[in-house]
Amino acid sequence: MTPEQQTEKAPFDTDAVVDEITRFVAEQTRTTPDVDQDLFTTGIANSMFAMQLVVFLEQAYRVTVAGPDLQLSNFRTIKSMAALVGRLQAESAADSDV
Amino acid sequence: MDEQLIAIVGAGVMGTGISTLVVGAGLPVVLVDVDQGVLERATTAIANGLRHAQLTGALPPGRTPGELRTTLSLSDVAAADVVIEAVTELPDQKAQVLSAVSALVRPATPLISNTSGIPIDEMAAWVKNPDDLIGTHFMNPAYLISMVEVIRGPQTADRTVESVLSLLTRIGRRAVVVHDAPGFVTSRLLHPMINDAAQVVRAGTATVEDVDTLMQGCLGHPTGPLRTADLIGIDNLVDALEALYARTGDERCRPSELLLEKVRRGELGRKSGRGFYNYSEAQS
Ligand SMILES: NC(=O)c1ccc[n+]([C@@H]2O[C@H](COP(=O)([O-])OP(=O)(O)OC[C@H]3O[C@@H](n4cnc5c(N)ncnc54)[C@H](O)[C@@H]3O)[C@@H](O)[C@H]2O)c1
Repeated sequence: MTPEQQTEKAPFDTDAVVDEITRFVAEQTRTTPDVDQDLFTTGIANSMFAMQLVVFLEQAYRVTVAGPDLQLSNFRTIKSMAALVGRLQAESAADSDV
Repeated sequence: MDEQLIAIVGAGVMGTGISTLVVGAGLPVVLVDVDQGVLERATTAIANGLRHAQLTGALPPGRTPGELRTTLSLSDVAAADVVIEAVTELPDQKAQVLSAVSALVRPATPLISNTSGIPIDEMAAWVKNPDDLIGTHFMNPAYLISMVEVIRGPQTADRTVESVLSLLTRIGRRAVVVHDAPGFVTSRLLHPMINDAAQVVRAGTATVEDVDTLMQGCLGHPTGPLRTADLIGIDNLVDALEALYARTGDERCRPSELLLEKVRRGELGRKSGRGFYNYSEAQS
């Protein structure tokens, strides 16, 4: 795959991902969190919901969260989750290029 | 000695969570159920549980999990050093499983029941060696909640208490040992409270969300009683309430019509995707 094709096919749209994650968190918790808000210290998320977030991101964006990425700090805010998804997708795209 | 084999009978909500805890601590588990589909779902749930434990820091990173073997054959418990019974909270089913297990294991093998509230001494009548029998009340999810209630029956031997306490230490749990009674401490207090919460909703006093929010915000309850009902499994909650009601006569333990209705509709809580709340399909 050439770089142009890749950009055409799957441009990573951070804003859209942020929106989608926000919608999921809002539906599941019946709150309207800010993208920078720490979901765990503000009592929106708990340890049970944390795993729902992992599984949601994995299914919605076809990524696998494993090893050192499997830590709460990656899931604290909507922005940090979107950043994790962006990085994991970039990594798997780079892998499939090799 | 340090690589004890733990047999767990019943691969539902609790059997799965306890298996996650034990293999996560590095010990091998043989997990028994009567339903192959249940065992397959349990295997997936245990893998997810291990990730969940790592995510929340409940499991130290880099430790190799113990081996998990699943089986439909109860006789595979014969080789175990400790057996944990976590089958449905129905006295007849527990009687059948406990008496079969006690005939299979070596003498002096601790036989642990994870019952929510059936007195240990009542179950003692079902086993070959009542001194080997003890209650250990893990909470759901067992791999996240570090405290367990240990119930010593009047016939439980000191050595049984000691070996169970040392196993619990080995798997990173803190224990409080209590005496035998219907519901022990935690179910005797929690179950009627959840039942009352359902009654409050049924009476129209407040919504499900408002009941939980008040219990969390005003009384420091970590999740709220109705979210806890969903976590427990409403079918199990009803069975446990019935068992308590039959043994205490306490009207607060008579299952609320709202709980019974949810069970009839298959709205069992997290395990079925819907209970007092809806859970995303992503829920493991
Ligand atoms: N759910 C909770 O939060 C919770 C907490 C503490 C204790 N408990 C207690 O733990 C026990 C298990 O509860 P659960 O919530 O996991 O129930 P569950 O309904 O999720 O699972 C019970 C499992 O036992 C299996 N089973 C039934 N008969 C069997 C047999 N003869 N041999 C092997 N397997 C058999 C069933 O197939 C099922 O998979 C009950 O005694 C319950 O009261 C539950």
